[in-house]
Amino acid sequence: MGVYDFFPEYEVVRNDTTCVNCRVCERQCANGVHSYHPEITPARLLADSTQCVDCQRCVLLCPTKSLKIVQSNNTYKLNNNWTKKEINEIITQASTGGVLLSSMGNPEPYPIYFDKITINASQVTNPSIDPLREPMETRVYLGSKPEKLTRGPDGKLQSNLGPHLALAMPMLFSAMSYGSISYNAHESLARASEELGIFYNTGEGGLHENFYRYGKNTIVQVASGRFGVHKDYLYAGAAIEIKMGQGAKPGIGGHLPGKKIVDDISRTRMTPEGSDAISPAPHHDIYSIEDLSQLVYSLKETTAYTKPVIVKIAAVHNVAAIASGIARSGADIIALDGFRGGTGAAPTRIRDNVGIPIELALAAVDTRLRQEGIRERVGIIAGGGIRSSADIVKAVALGADAVYLGTAALLALGCHLCRACQTGKCNWGIATQEPDLVKRLNPNVGYKRLVNLMRAWQHEIMEIMGGMGINSIESLKGNRLMLRGVGLNETELGVLGLKHAGE
Amino acid sequence: MRDVSPTADVLSISAEGLSFKELNDKLRATNATEIVINNAAGQRYIAAGAEGRRLTINGTPGNALAAYMDGAEIIVNGNAQDAVGDTMNDGRVIVHGSAGDALGYGMRGGLICVKGCSGYRTGIHMKQYQDKSPVIVIGESCGSFLGEYMAGGTIVVLGIGLRGQAPVGNFTGTGMHGGEIYIRSDEEPKNLPAQVSIDTASNLDDIRGHVRAFAQLFGCDADELLSGNFFVLRPNAKNPYHSLYTQYLR
Repeated sequence: MGVYDFFPEYEVVRNDTTCVNCRVCERQCANGVHSYHPEITPARLLADSTQCVDCQRCVLLCPTKSLKIVQSNNTYKLNNNWTKKEINEIITQASTGGVLLSSMGNPEPYPIYFDKITINASQVTNPSIDPLREPMETRVYLGSKPEKLTRGPDGKLQSNLGPHLALAMPMLFSAMSYGSISYNAHESLARASEELGIFYNTGEGGLHENFYRYGKNTIVQVASGRFGVHKDYLYAGAAIEIKMGQGAKPGIGGHLPGKKIVDDISRTRMTPEGSDAISPAPHHDIYSIEDLSQLVYSLKETTAYTKPVIVKIAAVHNVAAIASGIARSGADIIALDGFRGGTGAAPTRIRDNVGIPIELALAAVDTRLRQEGIRERVGIIAGGGIRSSADIVKAVALGADAVYLGTAALLALGCHLCRACQTGKCNWGIATQEPDLVKRLNPNVGYKRLVNLMRAWQHEIMEIMGGMGINSIESLKGNRLMLRGVGLNETELGVLGLKHAGE
Repeated sequence: MRDVSPTADVLSISAEGLSFKELNDKLRATNATEIVINNAAGQRYIAAGAEGRRLTINGTPGNALAAYMDGAEIIVNGNAQDAVGDTMNDGRVIVHGSAGDALGYGMRGGLICVKGCSGYRTGIHMKQYQDKSPVIVIGESCGSFLGEYMAGGTIVVLGIGLRGQAPVGNFTGTGMHGGEIYIRSDEEPKNLPAQVSIDTASNLDDIRGHVRAFAQLFGCDADELLSGNFFVLRPNAKNPYHSLYTQYLR
């Protein structure tokens, strides 16, 4: 064990009385935490906690349950201002001179508004509905709705409906590129989407040739680097998403290091092997809503108006005004990504300090678009912080048509939120391209776990809707009277458009 | 790029008074491979995603000409506006005039030749991949940020009529991490970023064919163009940002 900068925050604890030296932990850990030492007596396994990311892989695969990982009680002298976190960050940066790089969503203790909102239920006067006995509709159509009906000379209704996405339930898997996650993770998402009648999103990493067959359940993304974007790709998906921003790192772009651009990734991104894939936050051809409109229409023209176009933005301070502009740009759907949203890598300071909670952003956008009379021009997808079916119901009642699920989907695939994606050594085979690690995620199992989770949530959504006496998710959309705030101040209630509990 | 039959019938369309959608609907509705658009007046997205046809445009096509184009040939008798050849995969665009900003954004294959000047951010995000390598040749000069974030392909700026002055603006090749930019000039471009290295080109084998093609298209003397002094700009390192970050497992 070499010199290290600070005592590990998590310690590997082995019960030597039950450990049988089978060395599974040693083989399973890509970080080299465990090592077998025949030279000591008795011969045994030792752990280097400084290398441990607390992914729980060894803990869960240990056949004798001899391992656990605990938060270290080693402590600096307690200080409410200079916490262990602040001190360790300074030590790390003083050692390396680097920008701190982390992954997954903002873990800091900001308020979680979903946990301060409760849902209504019917009693006596408006009977609740039993979803096991009565039909219950969770189908959602995402896209631009015509503002008025038009009739032909024969008096019949004319169809002026643009392309829409039909979702069997109000959930989609959010953008995660091939490169940031593995082939097997993508296959799991694609197959689950097909079985569930929903959509997954390629992210800005192109679409692997083997996955074109899942095109009708695929959203293809176009971002500033244009990786993997060509005409067949645009036609392959059911919708095209323009990525303007990401909740985990608003104002920051993507940067897949050259060492991760290997073989298949290079082919799919259409970039040279070993060369960085840089996709900066600014689209250097977009400086205004008019410019955004140009990109929207260039994509629509290229695909002959057959695909809805989504514009994805991070939830930031002026999100409502920005969304209003997007709704007027010709986009069919707006995706809002809150600051809890995950990422394969983001500068820590950005992840932890930039952006706003999705609950507030979503409510502000929905309110603004309604005030301006343009809410029906666009569908709204809310993402970045959705953790359960209850969060989905609350998001829909705050104004979302559907939600994007990223972290929840990864958790279903085996992720334990160790937040070490940026190392590329994911022991669960998700955020890695190392073949030995990738094969740990079996897509036959992975897709079923995603299907299990979504079906369970769909049923929970039906139960909650039934309780409110609502039998169609469309009737819940923007129905904020179904929500109440608990322990929120007047400003928070005002932004959320909610009454306080008891009112 | 599919060959266009020279004997094919020519379809002539007047763009006068048409919106971009009306004009492009007409283009989508026809199977004609040889098309002339007259009176183009700023209609956007012409030839977006086009393949296997030749369009001659008389007038001024609007922004995003030949976006995502995949193997058509476009001849513009006039000037072109912004975002010519955005994410173009294959084909040729020949502009007998000048072009606006962000020409060849994210271009992955094919050729764009502009007789006159192009605006800011020419060739931004241009990249090559396997056997595909895009080429942009500009006759006169380009604005600032030429080849920004460039990841592959070749850009040639000939500086015709500039008498040896650098035919590019500031910050050429900012963030460049692949490809080559050839600049015909007696003086070095100004304000080059640290990510770019500059040398006097010792041989022009990589661009000789492109320059000859340009000369033939626009009736210039190729030998005279090739006899000038060329600088070549390349990325300093393949991975310009690899030491920027430190892993932080929180």
